[in-house]
Amino acid sequence: MKIAVCVKQVPEGSRRIDPETKRLDRSGEGALNPFDANAVEEALRLKDAGGEGEVVLVSLGPPKAQDALRKALAMGADRAVLIADDGATGADLVATSKALTKALEREGADLILFGQQANDSDGAVLWAAVADRLRLPVVSQAAELTHADGKLTVKRQTEFGYDVIEAPVPAVVAVSDAINEPRYPSLKGIMGAKSKPQETVSLSDLGVDGLESRTEVYALNDPPARGESKKIEDDGNAAQGIVDFLAEKRLL
Amino acid sequence: MSTLVFLEHHGDELLKSSLGVLSKASSLGDDVAGVVLGANVRGLAEGAGKHGAAKVYVADDPQLEAPLPQPRVDVLAQLVQSESIDTVLFANSVLAADVAAGLAARLDAGLNWDLVDLAQEDGKLVGKRPALQDTVYVDVGWASEPRLALFRSGSFDPAATGGSAEVEDLQVSLEDFSTGARMVDQAHEESSGPSIEDAEVIVAGGRGLGGPENFTLVEELAKALGGAVGATRAVVDAGWYPYSTQVGQTGKTVAPKLYIACGISGAIQHKVGMQSSGVIVAINKDPNAPIFEFADLGVVGDVHEVVPKLTDLVKARKS
Repeated sequence: MKIAVCVKQVPEGSRRIDPETKRLDRSGEGALNPFDANAVEEALRLKDAGGEGEVVLVSLGPPKAQDALRKALAMGADRAVLIADDGATGADLVATSKALTKALEREGADLILFGQQANDSDGAVLWAAVADRLRLPVVSQAAELTHADGKLTVKRQTEFGYDVIEAPVPAVVAVSDAINEPRYPSLKGIMGAKSKPQETVSLSDLGVDGLESRTEVYALNDPPARGESKKIEDDGNAAQGIVDFLAEKRLL
Repeated sequence: MSTLVFLEHHGDELLKSSLGVLSKASSLGDDVAGVVLGANVRGLAEGAGKHGAAKVYVADDPQLEAPLPQPRVDVLAQLVQSESIDTVLFANSVLAADVAAGLAARLDAGLNWDLVDLAQEDGKLVGKRPALQDTVYVDVGWASEPRLALFRSGSFDPAATGGSAEVEDLQVSLEDFSTGARMVDQAHEESSGPSIEDAEVIVAGGRGLGGPENFTLVEELAKALGGAVGATRAVVDAGWYPYSTQVGQTGKTVAPKLYIACGISGAIQHKVGMQSSGVIVAINKDPNAPIFEFADLGVVGDVHEVVPKLTDLVKARKS
Protein backbone atom coordinates (compact mmCIF):
# COMPACT_ATOMS: atom_id res chain seq x y z
CA MET A 1 0.00 0.00 0.00
CA LYS A 2 1.25 3.45 -0.87
CA ILE A 3 0.65 5.89 1.98
CA ALA A 4 1.05 9.66 1.79
CA VAL A 5 1.42 11.50 5.11
CA CYS A 6 0.74 15.22 5.16
CA VAL A 7 3.06 16.87 7.66
CA LYS A 8 3.98 20.38 8.66
CA GLN A 9 6.98 22.20 10.03
CA VAL A 10 6.12 24.33 13.02
CA PRO A 11 8.29 26.91 14.79
CA GLU A 12 10.33 25.43 17.60
CA GLY A 13 10.21 26.95 21.09
CA SER A 14 8.45 30.17 21.94
CA ARG A 15 6.38 31.76 19.23
CA ARG A 16 5.49 35.24 18.13
CA ILE A 17 3.26 36.80 15.54
CA ASP A 18 5.03 39.34 13.34
CA PRO A 19 3.13 42.61 13.95
CA GLU A 20 3.99 43.73 10.42
CA THR A 21 2.63 40.77 8.43
CA LYS A 22 0.32 39.59 11.25
CA ARG A 23 1.55 36.11 10.49
CA LEU A 24 3.33 33.62 12.68
CA ASP A 25 7.07 34.30 12.63
CA ARG A 26 8.60 31.27 10.95
CA SER A 27 12.14 32.63 10.68
CA GLY A 28 13.61 30.65 13.60
CA GLU A 29 14.28 26.96 14.08
CA GLY A 30 11.61 24.58 12.91
CA ALA A 31 10.42 21.22 14.18
CA LEU A 32 8.11 18.50 12.90
CA ASN A 33 4.59 19.20 14.19
CA PRO A 34 4.43 16.68 17.07
CA PHE A 35 0.91 15.53 16.15
CA ASP A 36 2.21 14.58 12.70
CA ALA A 37 4.61 12.07 14.26
CA ASN A 38 1.55 9.97 15.14
CA ALA A 39 0.50 9.95 11.48
CA VAL A 40 4.01 8.99 10.33
CA GLU A 41 4.14 6.23 12.96
CA GLU A 42 0.76 4.85 11.85
CA ALA A 43 1.86 4.87 8.21
CA LEU A 44 5.00 2.92 9.09
CA ARG A 45 2.98 0.39 11.09
CA LEU A 46 0.50 -0.13 8.24
CA LYS A 47 3.34 -0.52 5.76
CA ASP A 48 5.00 -3.11 8.01
CA ALA A 49 1.71 -4.94 8.56
CA GLY A 50 1.09 -5.08 4.82
CA GLY A 51 4.61 -6.29 4.14
CA GLU A 52 5.24 -3.84 1.34
CA GLY A 53 4.53 -0.33 0.19
CA GLU A 54 5.86 3.16 0.37
CA VAL A 55 5.45 6.06 2.81
CA VAL A 56 5.70 9.49 1.17
CA LEU A 57 5.70 12.73 3.12
CA VAL A 58 3.88 15.68 1.55
CA SER A 59 4.25 19.16 2.97
CA LEU A 60 3.76 22.84 2.25
CA GLY A 61 6.22 25.27 3.79
CA PRO A 62 9.39 27.29 3.39
CA PRO A 63 12.42 25.55 1.80
CA LYS A 64 13.97 24.91 5.20
CA ALA A 65 10.97 22.77 6.13
CA GLN A 66 13.01 19.98 4.52
CA ASP A 67 14.79 19.79 7.91
CA ALA A 68 11.55 18.82 9.65
CA LEU A 69 10.78 16.35 6.86
CA ARG A 70 14.19 14.74 7.42
CA LYS A 71 13.10 13.97 10.99
CA ALA A 72 10.13 12.04 9.65
CA LEU A 73 12.39 10.30 7.12
CA ALA A 74 14.62 9.30 10.04
CA MET A 75 11.59 7.62 11.62
CA GLY A 76 11.35 5.47 8.49
CA ALA A 77 9.38 7.29 5.78
CA ASP A 78 10.76 6.63 2.29
CA ARG A 79 10.80 10.03 0.62
CA ALA A 80 9.49 13.57 0.90
CA VAL A 81 7.85 16.13 -1.36
CA LEU A 82 7.84 19.75 -0.19
CA ILE A 83 5.82 22.44 -1.90
CA ALA A 84 7.88 25.58 -1.33
CA ASP A 85 6.82 28.73 -3.12
CA ASP A 86 6.66 32.40 -2.21
CA GLY A 87 3.17 32.39 -3.67
CA ALA A 88 2.08 30.07 -0.86
CA THR A 89 3.25 32.25 2.05
CA GLY A 90 0.41 32.82 4.46
CA ALA A 91 -1.87 30.39 2.61
CA ASP A 92 -5.11 29.74 4.50
CA LEU A 93 -7.19 26.58 4.57
CA VAL A 94 -8.65 26.74 1.06
CA ALA A 95 -5.32 27.77 -0.47
CA THR A 96 -3.27 25.17 1.42
CA SER A 97 -5.74 22.41 0.63
CA LYS A 98 -5.61 23.30 -3.06
CA ALA A 99 -1.80 23.07 -3.23
CA LEU A 100 -1.64 19.85 -1.20
CA THR A 101 -4.36 18.29 -3.32
CA LYS A 102 -2.33 18.85 -6.48
CA ALA A 103 0.73 17.21 -4.93
CA LEU A 104 -1.38 14.31 -3.63
CA GLU A 105 -3.03 13.77 -7.03
CA ARG A 106 0.46 13.36 -8.46
CA GLU A 107 1.25 10.69 -5.87
CA GLY A 108 -1.97 8.70 -6.22
CA ALA A 109 -1.62 7.12 -2.76
CA ASP A 110 -4.02 4.47 -1.44
CA LEU A 111 -4.20 6.17 1.92
CA ILE A 112 -3.57 9.78 2.94
CA LEU A 113 -2.89 10.38 6.62
CA PHE A 114 -2.94 13.55 8.70
CA GLY A 115 -2.07 14.21 12.35
CA GLN A 116 -4.70 15.47 14.77
CA GLN A 117 -3.87 19.15 14.55
CA ALA A 118 -1.17 21.69 13.83
CA ASN A 119 0.29 22.85 17.11
CA ASP A 120 1.10 26.33 15.76
CA SER A 121 -2.22 27.41 14.21
CA ASP A 122 -4.34 24.95 16.23
CA GLY A 123 -5.85 24.03 12.87
CA ALA A 124 -7.62 20.68 12.93
CA VAL A 125 -9.59 20.70 9.72
CA LEU A 126 -7.27 20.45 6.71
CA TRP A 127 -7.97 16.77 5.93
CA ALA A 128 -11.65 17.37 5.32
CA ALA A 129 -10.89 20.11 2.79
CA VAL A 130 -8.28 17.97 1.03
CA ALA A 131 -10.65 14.97 0.94
CA ASP A 132 -13.38 17.08 -0.60
CA ARG A 133 -11.04 18.33 -3.33
CA LEU A 134 -9.77 14.79 -3.98
CA ARG A 135 -13.35 13.48 -3.87
CA LEU A 136 -12.33 10.76 -1.41
CA PRO A 137 -13.93 9.47 1.79
CA VAL A 138 -12.62 11.04 5.01
CA VAL A 139 -12.56 9.90 8.64
CA SER A 140 -11.05 11.97 11.46
CA GLN A 141 -10.06 11.36 15.09
CA ALA A 142 -8.98 7.80 14.33
CA ALA A 143 -7.97 6.11 17.58
CA GLU A 144 -7.46 2.77 15.77
CA LEU A 145 -6.89 2.07 12.10
CA THR A 146 -6.66 -1.23 10.28
CA HIS A 147 -6.49 -2.11 6.62
CA ALA A 148 -7.58 -5.40 5.02
CA ASP A 149 -8.83 -6.33 1.55
CA GLY A 150 -8.98 -2.76 0.28
CA LYS A 151 -11.05 -1.66 3.25
CA LEU A 152 -10.14 0.58 6.17
CA THR A 153 -11.72 0.13 9.58
CA VAL A 154 -11.46 3.14 11.83
CA LYS A 155 -12.36 3.53 15.47
CA ARG A 156 -13.31 7.19 15.64
CA GLN A 157 -13.34 9.01 18.95
CA THR A 158 -15.97 11.72 19.33
CA GLU A 159 -17.61 13.68 22.12
CA PHE A 160 -19.97 10.78 22.65
CA GLY A 161 -17.67 7.75 22.58
CA TYR A 162 -16.23 5.48 19.93
CA ASP A 163 -17.73 4.92 16.49
CA VAL A 164 -16.60 2.25 14.08
CA ILE A 165 -16.41 3.49 10.50
CA GLU A 166 -15.46 1.59 7.37
CA ALA A 167 -14.20 3.16 4.17
CA PRO A 168 -12.79 1.81 0.93
CA VAL A 169 -9.31 2.91 -0.16
CA PRO A 170 -8.24 5.35 -1.42
CA ALA A 171 -9.29 7.47 1.53
CA VAL A 172 -8.14 10.27 3.82
CA VAL A 173 -7.76 9.60 7.56
CA ALA A 174 -6.75 11.98 10.34
CA VAL A 175 -5.36 10.12 13.34
CA SER A 176 -5.79 11.04 16.98
CA ASP A 177 -2.66 11.41 19.09
CA ALA A 178 -3.99 8.51 21.17
CA ILE A 179 -3.51 6.08 18.26
CA ASN A 180 0.13 5.20 18.98
CA GLU A 181 3.41 6.22 20.57
CA PRO A 182 5.63 7.55 17.80
CA ARG A 183 9.03 5.84 17.66
CA TYR A 184 12.26 7.73 18.19
CA PRO A 185 14.49 7.69 15.14
CA SER A 186 17.39 5.27 15.53
CA LEU A 187 20.95 6.37 14.77
CA LYS A 188 20.78 4.23 11.64
CA GLY A 189 17.52 5.93 10.70
CA ILE A 190 19.02 9.38 11.18
CA MET A 191 22.07 8.53 9.05
CA GLY A 192 19.92 6.82 6.43
CA ALA A 193 17.56 9.81 6.15
CA LYS A 194 20.33 11.89 4.64
CA SER A 195 20.31 9.81 1.46
CA LYS A 196 16.54 9.54 1.07
CA PRO A 197 14.95 11.53 -1.79
CA GLN A 198 13.71 14.99 -0.76
CA GLU A 199 12.03 16.80 -3.62
CA THR A 200 11.11 20.48 -3.58
CA VAL A 201 8.42 21.58 -6.01
CA SER A 202 6.93 24.97 -6.87
CA LEU A 203 3.26 25.74 -7.41
CA SER A 204 3.80 25.96 -11.16
CA ASP A 205 5.46 22.50 -11.10
CA LEU A 206 2.11 21.26 -9.80
CA GLY A 207 0.12 23.22 -12.35
CA VAL A 208 -1.26 25.66 -9.77
CA ASP A 209 -1.57 29.16 -11.25
CA GLY A 210 -1.76 30.92 -7.95
CA LEU A 211 -3.25 30.55 -4.52
CA GLU A 212 -5.86 32.86 -3.17
CA SER A 213 -6.58 32.92 0.54
CA ARG A 214 -10.14 33.71 1.54
CA THR A 215 -9.49 34.76 5.11
CA GLU A 216 -7.81 37.88 6.47
CA VAL A 217 -6.14 39.03 9.64
CA TYR A 218 -7.05 42.58 10.72
CA ALA A 219 -5.45 43.17 14.08
CA LEU A 220 -3.64 41.65 17.03
CA ASN A 221 -4.97 42.47 20.48
CA ASP A 222 -4.14 41.63 24.06
CA PRO A 223 -6.32 38.90 25.51
CA PRO A 224 -9.08 40.01 27.86
CA ALA A 225 -7.76 40.17 31.41
CA ARG A 226 -8.37 36.89 33.16
CA GLY A 227 -7.82 38.36 36.54
CA GLU A 228 -4.65 37.81 38.44
CA SER A 229 -3.26 34.34 38.34
CA LYS A 230 -1.69 33.00 41.52
CA LYS A 231 0.63 30.09 42.07
CA ILE A 232 1.49 28.68 45.47
CA GLU A 233 3.69 25.83 46.68
CA ASP A 234 2.13 23.43 49.14
CA ASP A 235 3.82 23.88 52.48
CA GLY A 236 1.06 21.98 54.24
CA ASN A 237 -1.37 24.93 54.09
CA ALA A 238 -2.29 24.90 50.39
CA ALA A 239 -5.75 23.46 51.09
CA GLN A 240 -6.51 26.43 53.34
CA GLY A 241 -5.12 28.70 50.60
CA ILE A 242 -7.58 27.23 48.12
CA VAL A 243 -10.50 27.68 50.55
CA ASP A 244 -9.55 31.33 51.11
CA PHE A 245 -9.26 31.89 47.37
CA LEU A 246 -12.67 30.30 46.70
CA ALA A 247 -14.25 32.31 49.50
CA GLU A 248 -12.80 35.51 48.06
CA LYS A 249 -14.33 34.59 44.67
CA ARG A 250 -17.64 33.84 46.42
CA LEU A 251 -17.53 30.25 45.25
CA LEU A 252 -17.94 28.81 48.73
CA MET B 1 -26.55 39.45 5.84
CA SER B 2 -28.08 36.05 5.40
CA THR B 3 -26.76 33.70 8.07
CA LEU B 4 -27.09 29.97 8.39
CA VAL B 5 -26.27 28.11 11.61
CA PHE B 6 -25.41 24.41 11.49
CA LEU B 7 -27.46 22.81 14.26
CA GLU B 8 -25.91 19.57 15.41
CA HIS B 9 -27.93 17.08 17.39
CA HIS B 10 -27.23 14.03 19.48
CA GLY B 11 -30.09 11.69 20.25
CA ASP B 12 -33.24 13.79 20.46
CA GLU B 13 -31.60 17.07 21.36
CA LEU B 14 -29.93 19.92 19.59
CA LEU B 15 -26.52 20.56 21.10
CA LYS B 16 -26.34 23.46 23.52
CA SER B 17 -23.21 24.77 21.78
CA SER B 18 -25.08 24.96 18.44
CA LEU B 19 -28.00 26.79 20.06
CA GLY B 20 -25.51 29.20 21.63
CA VAL B 21 -24.14 30.08 18.19
CA LEU B 22 -27.70 30.49 16.94
CA SER B 23 -28.49 32.91 19.77
CA LYS B 24 -25.34 34.87 19.00
CA ALA B 25 -26.17 35.03 15.29
CA SER B 26 -29.69 36.26 15.96
CA SER B 27 -28.30 39.00 18.21
CA LEU B 28 -26.31 40.30 15.21
CA GLY B 29 -29.06 40.30 12.59
CA ASP B 30 -32.61 39.30 11.72
CA ASP B 31 -32.05 37.06 8.76
CA VAL B 32 -30.89 33.96 10.63
CA ALA B 33 -31.78 30.44 9.66
CA GLY B 34 -30.80 27.13 11.21
CA VAL B 35 -30.26 23.84 9.45
CA VAL B 36 -30.85 20.39 10.94
CA LEU B 37 -29.54 17.36 9.09
CA GLY B 38 -30.33 13.78 10.10
CA ALA B 39 -32.94 11.04 10.17
CA ASN B 40 -36.20 11.63 12.06
CA VAL B 41 -35.09 15.10 13.05
CA ARG B 42 -38.04 17.20 11.96
CA GLY B 43 -39.19 17.58 15.57
CA LEU B 44 -35.96 19.38 16.45
CA ALA B 45 -36.84 22.40 14.31
CA GLU B 46 -39.08 23.80 17.04
CA GLY B 47 -36.19 24.17 19.48
CA ALA B 48 -34.31 26.21 16.91
CA GLY B 49 -37.21 28.64 16.56
CA LYS B 50 -37.18 29.23 20.30
CA HIS B 51 -33.53 30.22 20.08
CA GLY B 52 -33.87 32.87 17.43
CA ALA B 53 -34.04 31.14 14.06
CA ALA B 54 -36.62 32.74 11.75
CA LYS B 55 -36.41 29.75 9.50
CA VAL B 56 -35.18 26.18 9.89
CA TYR B 57 -34.13 24.06 6.96
CA VAL B 58 -34.55 20.38 7.64
CA ALA B 59 -33.06 17.54 5.66
CA ASP B 60 -34.70 14.45 7.09
CA ASP B 61 -33.27 11.45 5.33
CA PRO B 62 -31.99 7.98 6.33
CA GLN B 63 -28.79 8.74 4.39
CA LEU B 64 -28.05 11.42 6.99
CA GLU B 65 -28.63 9.22 10.02
CA ALA B 66 -24.96 8.51 10.82
CA PRO B 67 -23.05 11.56 12.11
CA LEU B 68 -20.61 11.61 9.18
CA PRO B 69 -19.47 14.83 7.53
CA GLN B 70 -19.49 14.33 3.78
CA PRO B 71 -23.21 13.83 3.10
CA ARG B 72 -23.78 16.98 5.18
CA VAL B 73 -21.35 18.95 3.04
CA ASP B 74 -23.35 17.98 -0.06
CA VAL B 75 -26.64 19.20 1.41
CA LEU B 76 -25.16 22.42 2.82
CA ALA B 77 -23.31 23.30 -0.40
CA GLN B 78 -26.57 23.06 -2.35
CA LEU B 79 -28.45 25.09 0.25
CA VAL B 80 -25.84 27.86 0.51
CA GLN B 81 -25.82 28.27 -3.24
CA SER B 82 -29.56 28.09 -3.87
CA GLU B 83 -30.43 30.50 -1.03
CA SER B 84 -27.45 32.85 -1.55
CA ILE B 85 -26.42 32.45 2.08
CA ASP B 86 -23.40 34.63 2.85
CA THR B 87 -22.41 33.40 6.31
CA VAL B 88 -22.39 29.87 7.74
CA LEU B 89 -21.64 29.36 11.44
CA PHE B 90 -20.71 26.18 13.29
CA ALA B 91 -20.12 25.27 16.95
CA ASN B 92 -16.98 23.18 16.96
CA SER B 93 -17.20 19.41 17.33
CA VAL B 94 -15.49 16.45 15.67
CA LEU B 95 -18.35 16.37 13.15
CA ALA B 96 -18.82 20.12 12.67
CA ALA B 97 -15.12 20.78 12.01
CA ASP B 98 -15.07 18.21 9.22
CA VAL B 99 -18.31 19.55 7.75
CA ALA B 100 -17.06 23.15 7.82
CA ALA B 101 -13.71 22.37 6.18
CA GLY B 102 -15.29 20.18 3.51
CA LEU B 103 -17.77 22.95 2.75
CA ALA B 104 -14.94 25.52 2.59
CA ALA B 105 -13.16 23.47 -0.05
CA ARG B 106 -16.37 22.79 -2.00
CA LEU B 107 -17.34 26.47 -2.14
CA ASP B 108 -13.76 27.84 -2.16
CA ALA B 109 -14.84 29.82 0.90
CA GLY B 110 -12.81 31.21 3.80
CA LEU B 111 -13.04 29.34 7.08
CA ASN B 112 -11.90 30.89 10.36
CA TRP B 113 -11.74 28.47 13.28
CA ASP B 114 -11.44 28.52 17.05
CA LEU B 115 -13.38 31.79 17.26
CA VAL B 116 -14.74 32.87 20.64
CA ASP B 117 -16.74 35.85 19.42
CA LEU B 118 -18.15 37.56 16.36
CA ALA B 119 -18.94 41.25 15.87
CA GLN B 120 -19.99 43.77 13.25
CA GLU B 121 -17.27 46.42 13.12
CA ASP B 122 -17.42 49.25 10.56
CA GLY B 123 -19.76 47.22 8.41
CA LYS B 124 -17.44 44.24 8.43
CA LEU B 125 -17.89 40.92 10.15
CA VAL B 126 -14.95 40.35 12.49
CA GLY B 127 -14.15 37.11 14.32
CA LYS B 128 -12.14 36.99 17.53
CA ARG B 129 -9.60 34.21 17.70
CA PRO B 130 -7.29 33.48 20.62
CA ALA B 131 -3.88 32.30 19.39
CA LEU B 132 -0.52 31.20 20.79
CA GLN B 133 -1.98 29.57 23.91
CA ASP B 134 -4.49 32.42 24.20
CA THR B 135 -1.77 35.04 24.70
CA VAL B 136 -2.94 36.99 21.63
CA TYR B 137 -6.46 37.75 20.43
CA VAL B 138 -6.51 38.03 16.66
CA ASP B 139 -9.21 39.92 14.76
CA VAL B 140 -9.91 37.86 11.66
CA GLY B 141 -12.21 38.28 8.71
CA TRP B 142 -13.16 37.07 5.28
CA ALA B 143 -12.03 38.25 1.84
CA SER B 144 -15.06 36.84 0.05
CA GLU B 145 -18.48 35.27 0.57
CA PRO B 146 -19.69 32.90 1.77
CA ARG B 147 -17.92 33.30 5.10
CA LEU B 148 -17.54 30.20 7.23
CA ALA B 149 -16.76 30.19 10.95
CA LEU B 150 -16.19 27.54 13.60
CA PHE B 151 -16.65 28.65 17.20
CA ARG B 152 -15.08 27.14 20.26
CA SER B 153 -17.69 25.00 21.89
CA GLY B 154 -19.28 26.83 24.83
CA SER B 155 -18.47 30.32 23.53
CA PHE B 156 -22.09 31.44 23.78
CA ASP B 157 -24.94 30.57 26.09
CA PRO B 158 -28.19 29.68 24.37
CA ALA B 159 -30.89 32.29 24.97
CA ALA B 160 -34.47 31.13 24.54
CA THR B 161 -36.49 33.97 23.03
CA GLY B 162 -39.66 31.99 22.54
CA GLY B 163 -40.05 32.59 18.81
CA SER B 164 -41.12 30.04 16.25
CA ALA B 165 -39.52 29.14 12.98
CA GLU B 166 -40.85 28.49 9.54
CA VAL B 167 -39.73 24.98 8.51
CA GLU B 168 -38.54 24.21 5.02
CA ASP B 169 -37.69 20.70 3.88
CA LEU B 170 -34.59 20.06 1.81
CA GLN B 171 -34.05 17.47 -0.86
CA VAL B 172 -31.02 15.28 -0.39
CA SER B 173 -28.82 14.29 -3.28
CA LEU B 174 -25.37 13.02 -2.48
CA GLU B 175 -22.05 12.78 -4.30
CA ASP B 176 -20.72 9.25 -4.90
CA PHE B 177 -17.66 9.73 -2.71
CA SER B 178 -19.74 11.11 0.14
CA THR B 179 -21.22 7.71 0.87
CA GLY B 180 -17.85 5.90 0.81
CA ALA B 181 -17.37 6.08 4.57
CA ARG B 182 -20.00 4.02 6.41
CA MET B 183 -20.82 3.87 10.10
CA VAL B 184 -20.89 0.24 11.19
CA ASP B 185 -21.21 0.87 14.92
CA GLN B 186 -22.20 4.14 16.51
CA ALA B 187 -21.06 5.19 19.97
CA HIS B 188 -23.37 4.19 22.77
CA GLU B 189 -22.57 6.47 25.63
CA GLU B 190 -22.24 4.70 28.93
CA SER B 191 -24.06 7.26 30.99
CA SER B 192 -23.55 7.60 34.72
CA GLY B 193 -25.54 10.18 36.59
CA PRO B 194 -26.32 13.71 35.43
CA SER B 195 -24.42 15.29 32.56
CA ILE B 196 -21.36 17.24 33.59
CA GLU B 197 -22.12 19.86 30.95
CA ASP B 198 -24.66 21.56 33.20
CA ALA B 199 -22.70 21.35 36.46
CA GLU B 200 -21.67 24.62 38.11
CA VAL B 201 -18.70 22.99 39.79
CA ILE B 202 -16.52 20.28 38.28
CA VAL B 203 -13.70 18.48 40.03
CA ALA B 204 -11.63 16.59 37.49
CA GLY B 205 -8.93 13.97 37.84
CA GLY B 206 -6.00 13.05 35.64
CA ARG B 207 -3.14 10.62 35.53
CA GLY B 208 -1.47 12.39 38.43
CA LEU B 209 -3.96 10.65 40.74
CA GLY B 210 -1.83 7.55 40.28
CA GLY B 211 -4.58 4.96 39.93
CA PRO B 212 -8.34 4.47 39.54
CA GLU B 213 -8.79 3.87 43.29
CA ASN B 214 -7.72 7.47 43.96
CA PHE B 215 -10.70 8.86 42.05
CA THR B 216 -12.53 8.61 45.38
CA LEU B 217 -10.52 11.71 46.42
CA VAL B 218 -11.98 13.59 43.46
CA GLU B 219 -15.47 12.21 44.06
CA GLU B 220 -15.45 13.25 47.70
CA LEU B 221 -14.32 16.79 46.93
CA ALA B 222 -16.95 17.05 44.17
CA LYS B 223 -19.60 15.86 46.62
CA ALA B 224 -18.52 18.35 49.26
CA LEU B 225 -18.74 21.18 46.73
CA GLY B 226 -22.02 19.92 45.22
CA GLY B 227 -20.33 19.41 41.88
CA ALA B 228 -19.76 16.77 39.24
CA VAL B 229 -16.70 14.66 38.44
CA GLY B 230 -14.71 15.03 35.24
CA ALA B 231 -11.79 13.07 33.83
CA THR B 232 -9.05 13.42 31.21
CA ARG B 233 -8.76 11.34 28.08
CA ALA B 234 -5.69 9.57 29.45
CA VAL B 235 -7.53 8.17 32.45
CA VAL B 236 -10.66 7.34 30.47
CA ASP B 237 -8.51 5.48 27.93
CA ALA B 238 -6.85 3.66 30.82
CA GLY B 239 -10.28 2.55 32.00
CA TRP B 240 -10.16 4.44 35.33
CA TYR B 241 -13.34 6.40 34.71
CA PRO B 242 -16.33 6.34 32.30
CA TYR B 243 -16.26 8.04 28.91
CA SER B 244 -19.28 10.20 29.74
CA THR B 245 -17.09 12.19 32.15
CA GLN B 246 -14.30 12.89 29.66
CA VAL B 247 -13.50 16.58 29.29
CA GLY B 248 -11.56 17.69 26.25
CA GLN B 249 -11.34 17.88 22.51
CA THR B 250 -12.81 14.40 22.21
CA GLY B 251 -15.16 14.57 25.13
CA LYS B 252 -17.33 17.15 26.78
CA THR B 253 -16.74 20.87 26.56
CA VAL B 254 -17.61 22.40 29.88
CA ALA B 255 -17.72 25.91 31.30
CA PRO B 256 -18.62 25.61 35.00
CA LYS B 257 -18.22 28.50 37.45
CA LEU B 258 -15.45 26.53 39.15
CA TYR B 259 -13.16 23.88 37.69
CA ILE B 260 -10.73 22.10 39.98
CA ALA B 261 -8.11 20.06 38.11
CA CYS B 262 -6.43 17.39 40.23
CA GLY B 263 -3.29 15.77 38.84
CA ILE B 264 -4.00 17.08 35.34
CA SER B 265 -1.09 18.36 33.26
CA GLY B 266 -3.29 20.52 31.00
CA ALA B 267 -2.43 19.16 27.55
CA ILE B 268 -4.15 20.97 24.69
CA GLN B 269 -6.55 18.05 24.25
CA HIS B 270 -7.89 18.69 27.77
CA LYS B 271 -7.57 22.47 27.77
CA VAL B 272 -9.88 22.82 24.78
CA GLY B 273 -12.68 21.25 26.79
CA MET B 274 -12.47 23.39 29.93
CA GLN B 275 -10.71 26.67 29.16
CA SER B 276 -13.98 28.65 29.23
CA SER B 277 -14.53 27.80 32.90
CA GLY B 278 -15.10 30.78 35.22
CA VAL B 279 -12.39 30.04 37.77
CA ILE B 280 -9.78 27.34 37.31
CA VAL B 281 -7.88 25.85 40.24
CA ALA B 282 -5.11 23.37 39.46
CA ILE B 283 -3.30 21.03 41.83
CA ASN B 284 -0.27 19.29 40.35
CA LYS B 285 3.11 18.32 41.72
CA ASP B 286 4.95 19.27 38.51
CA PRO B 287 5.65 23.03 38.72
CA ASN B 288 6.11 23.11 34.93
CA ALA B 289 2.73 21.56 34.07
CA PRO B 290 1.06 23.57 31.28
CA ILE B 291 -2.14 23.84 33.31
CA PHE B 292 -0.48 26.45 35.53
CA GLU B 293 -0.31 28.77 32.52
CA PHE B 294 -4.09 29.15 32.46
CA ALA B 295 -5.15 28.34 36.02
CA ASP B 296 -6.37 31.21 38.18
CA LEU B 297 -4.93 29.49 41.22
CA GLY B 298 -2.15 26.98 40.78
CA VAL B 299 -1.04 24.78 43.65
CA VAL B 300 2.24 22.94 43.30
CA GLY B 301 1.68 20.00 45.57
CA ASP B 302 0.70 16.37 45.95
CA VAL B 303 -2.98 15.76 45.12
CA HIS B 304 -3.05 12.88 47.61
CA GLU B 305 -2.33 15.32 50.41
CA VAL B 306 -3.98 18.55 49.26
CA VAL B 307 -7.30 17.15 47.99
CA PRO B 308 -8.42 15.27 51.15
CA LYS B 309 -7.50 18.28 53.30
CA LEU B 310 -9.44 20.54 50.98
CA THR B 311 -12.46 18.22 51.17
CA ASP B 312 -12.38 18.34 54.97
CA LEU B 313 -12.10 22.12 55.02
CA VAL B 314 -14.97 22.56 52.55
CA LYS B 315 -17.16 20.18 54.58
CA ALA B 316 -16.32 22.01 57.80
CA ARG B 317 -17.16 25.34 56.22
CA LYS B 318 -20.49 24.14 54.87
CA SER B 319 -21.68 22.45 58.05
